[in-house]
Amino acid sequence: MASIEQSLKEIMNWVDDRLPVTETYEKHMSKYWAPKNFNLWYIFGVLAFVVLVNQLLTGIWLTMSYVPTGEGAFASVEYIMRDVEYGWMLRYMHSTGASAFFVVVYLHMFRGLLYGSYQKPRELIWVFGMLIYLALMAEGFFGYLLPWGNMSYWGAQVIVSLAGAIPVVGDDLMVWVRGDFNMSGVTLNRFFALHVVLVPIVLLVLVVLHILALHEVGSNNPDGVDIKKHLDEDGRPLDGIQFHPYYTIGHDLPAIILFLFIFCAVMFFYPDGGGYFIEHPNYEPADPLKTPELIAPVWYYTPFYSMLRAATFPLFGMTAKFWGLVVMAGAIAILFVVPWLDRSPVKSMRYKGWGSKISLTLFIIAFFILGYLGTVHPTPGRTLLAQICTAIYFGFFLFMPWYTSVEKTKPVPDRVTMK
Amino acid sequence: MSDDGTNKGRRNFLIGATSVVGTAGVAGVAVPFLGSWNPSAKALAAGAAVKVDVSALKPGEIIGPIPAWRDKPVFVVRRTQAQLDMLSEDTGRLADPDSIEEQQPEYAQNETRSIKPEYLVLLGICTHLSCSPKFHPEVVATSFDSNWTGGFYCPCHGSKFDLAGRVFSGVPAPTNLEVPPHYFESDAVLVIGEDGGVA
Repeated sequence: MASIEQSLKEIMNWVDDRLPVTETYEKHMSKYWAPKNFNLWYIFGVLAFVVLVNQLLTGIWLTMSYVPTGEGAFASVEYIMRDVEYGWMLRYMHSTGASAFFVVVYLHMFRGLLYGSYQKPRELIWVFGMLIYLALMAEGFFGYLLPWGNMSYWGAQVIVSLAGAIPVVGDDLMVWVRGDFNMSGVTLNRFFALHVVLVPIVLLVLVVLHILALHEVGSNNPDGVDIKKHLDEDGRPLDGIQFHPYYTIGHDLPAIILFLFIFCAVMFFYPDGGGYFIEHPNYEPADPLKTPELIAPVWYYTPFYSMLRAATFPLFGMTAKFWGLVVMAGAIAILFVVPWLDRSPVKSMRYKGWGSKISLTLFIIAFFILGYLGTVHPTPGRTLLAQICTAIYFGFFLFMPWYTSVEKTKPVPDRVTMK
Repeated sequence: MSDDGTNKGRRNFLIGATSVVGTAGVAGVAVPFLGSWNPSAKALAAGAAVKVDVSALKPGEIIGPIPAWRDKPVFVVRRTQAQLDMLSEDTGRLADPDSIEEQQPEYAQNETRSIKPEYLVLLGICTHLSCSPKFHPEVVATSFDSNWTGGFYCPCHGSKFDLAGRVFSGVPAPTNLEVPPHYFESDAVLVIGEDGGVA
């Protein structure tokens, strides 16, 4: 036995002299010191990774049967659903995974807002995270066209038409993006290429950068306390535990198992998510001559879609359509600068004042209302409500430098607390 | 020359020159990548003009959203005299009653936005976000307008247009519906996609 162990060690040494495998493993797993007071909010990063793997695997398998042409796409999806063995399951894993991805990413982002995980020195982690979110939205948008159902078609039509709101070059830009005078198989084919090759590569690179930046400065925690301030004689944080095995096995694995239970329940029993994950008009093939009664994007875009529709009046000589685009783009762009808007001396919501707590609550309520409004027909009353919620959405960010600096904060403990 | 023997001036010049040439190279090689996204010869050919027989169209009726020109729905409406009379009334609710914005060929820049007053030819694509508006010719109070005098209503975002495709004020759509180039080859045959004078 000893000789086998000996030779294994020699092999590892040989590799380590040529590629820093052990060093990398220790840096990111067995000797990565994570604060010991993580709570439930800290599982969504790992879950996002699990879903990412699911999307990559099922996505690759789906391309083996899918046909990315205007004539063949819809039929090939039906072929996957009916004739390919386990094709229905791979597709539902992928479509449920898309919604699950946004669920865990939204919760992950909320965690960041709750505990100030974007504050110095973690600004870059937040920025990479937002780029991931942006890439994810692009990935979802390109992917939703591929089944070539009628909602795929008209949803993409509406979003591509946003480019037409850009002054001067808008109309030519639209033709260039579509590669045709209207949405067609040409558009479908290029969206397929973007969905399965370009955006996934970008996503993977961003995920690596997100984690490298995190592991450089270390994880934040629900108290927002810097665990590196109190080290033992070996230089290890007193309030830290090794990521592996304590968090991987003790914290993340049970969470992944629970998550997979919920995931499977949705996938097997409610794969269309009540019309929110796969919308009903998408069971009809794309028809350029027939707009569905109500064009609503998939649920994860609806807050931004509501904000787009909330711009109904021209301003400063520009059209309402242009302002809709500006509001929607601004709603996403403003997320990037949150680390520089928060002037609070404390990180965690536990020690922030009432200003921050009320603002975050209002923001979440407004975000949910906007999300709902994006799924229903606009009426004058609903449009007004959307306008109010849009104002709250932007107010949360624009007033952040003010309310975070004037409010009275609670004293932050020296060491992490176990609540 | 600095003390350690590097010629900083020469080094900066080389860095600058390499950057300029490199940038030009990247710009050059971007051309085929960006260019390949333009409509192909096949897509351009498929965008040719279409002919429509309008002889069977009765006053007050619409053909559409078929035929399609460039895969876009086209509306051909034959308006009644009563509907034409209505176009000059109550223009205060319209954003661009005189069709100043170039959403039509010159020969259709008139009150009826058409060549022959009766026949209205429109692209059935909302100028907001490209949904296809629905034809509502009736003069009745509707769920979207208590004072409706007939026209087009877009169910997606609530834009309203009159029976000449002119947009109402205070709706998301910024401009009138587009009138495509068209001409009458004969009384019965309408050609959509080409100007009569040019072709």
